[in-house]
Amino acid sequence: MKYIDEFRDGEVAKNLAASIRATVEPGRNYSFMEFCGGHTHAISRYGLSDLLPATVRMVHGPGCPVCVLPIGRVDMAIDLALNHGVILCTYGDTLRVPASGGLSLMKAKAGVGNKCGDIRMVYSTIDALQIARDNPAREVVFFAIGFETTTPPTAVAIQQAEAEGLANFSVLCCHVLTPSAISNILESPEVRQWGTVPLDGFIGPAHVSTVIGSRPYEFFAEEYRKPVVIAGFEPLDVMQAILMLVRQVNEGRAEVENEFSRAVSRDGNLKAQDRVAEVFELRREFEWRGLSVVPYSALKIRKKYAAFDAERRFALEYRSVPDHKGCECGAILRGVKRPQDCKLFGTVCSPENPIGSCMVSSEGACAAHYSYGRYKDMN
Amino acid sequence: MCLAIPVKVIEVGAGPGDDWAIVDLGGVKKEISLALLADVQVGDYVILHVGYALSRLDPEEAEKTLALFAELNSVGTGAP
Repeated sequence: MKYIDEFRDGEVAKNLAASIRATVEPGRNYSFMEFCGGHTHAISRYGLSDLLPATVRMVHGPGCPVCVLPIGRVDMAIDLALNHGVILCTYGDTLRVPASGGLSLMKAKAGVGNKCGDIRMVYSTIDALQIARDNPAREVVFFAIGFETTTPPTAVAIQQAEAEGLANFSVLCCHVLTPSAISNILESPEVRQWGTVPLDGFIGPAHVSTVIGSRPYEFFAEEYRKPVVIAGFEPLDVMQAILMLVRQVNEGRAEVENEFSRAVSRDGNLKAQDRVAEVFELRREFEWRGLSVVPYSALKIRKKYAAFDAERRFALEYRSVPDHKGCECGAILRGVKRPQDCKLFGTVCSPENPIGSCMVSSEGACAAHYSYGRYKDMN
Repeated sequence: MCLAIPVKVIEVGAGPGDDWAIVDLGGVKKEISLALLADVQVGDYVILHVGYALSRLDPEEAEKTLALFAELNSVGTGAP
């Protein structure tokens, strides 16, 4: 397909790898965080880390919405389905995220005791709206998760529901913000104080950046002196971004560069930003799996659209729940540990039976390493 | 989750409302919403995410990036 195939050419990838090898300075180590799960997946799937010199290390970041969704939020969705009798619409990724009491949305759908949740997987908010239209006598809640890429479609759905007077539709809003998570990583003691997670730069998100633009990252380049290269999700995009980061480090530069200029501008998608600003406002604080409670790192539905806010409509309260004791998802999401450092990895925790959230989505660091990288460890 | 794919717009204004389009997704036709992207024309490639066009692909910028790969190649391999 156009705009995909030409960015996956193996020969070009080998040549880019040769360029990277020729550009790294001897005796110098490079450590870059790919923020996005989309990049994590590409690195694992195409074996990009094998193409890199040993001195270039990629650290997986927290940009996987399913991975950072805390147990307490999934519990709220399960509560809606089991105890409030709603039709809960969700993206497929969240179905298997472990929740309290060994539950998940998938298990709640199959049945718990004598209760069975009416949980429906949707591809789009458009489908969730249609389910609400088709079931006027039922409450229909959309479980809205994701970063800035996925937030605008939720905003459109809420405005559409208002325009149609679709009174049985509401949204459990769990949308989170990329810049807040990057700040949290940069301010973490592992990076700032102890230096246990060396970070020389970031690969910036692809599709998040189509919406928010490249401007929000300028603060990180200026304030923290960290280079950021926004990159597409194809393997050649990632290789090129790594080369651009190596060059910035060599030259002592800390700038925002845009490798994904075919889709990302400095200002981003203003129409989408306006929709989001109209419907959502900053949440005072939000708990992330791995990053703990991060102030002003998520969105909530504005009062103007309160009628479509499931938290208000069903008087839901968030309750923080600790992760499984042996699970290292938290440390992995902060770049402190690698999937293979977790003793549950590949033993009791696998994509078929995930214990931690990073094993659920294909973008999760553990799932990506399990699917594509683990055989290398065995040899 | 943020995964999205480039698709070609083959019809604009077709579907439940004005801000809908039909795209070609590797041979499959699909209705998508243009509620989040202004001024989409037939023939444009857009990034499709959960049923919505999020961004237009700029063919010139794509060419520049591909040309950059080629340029770097010659540096990397020592070729002229």
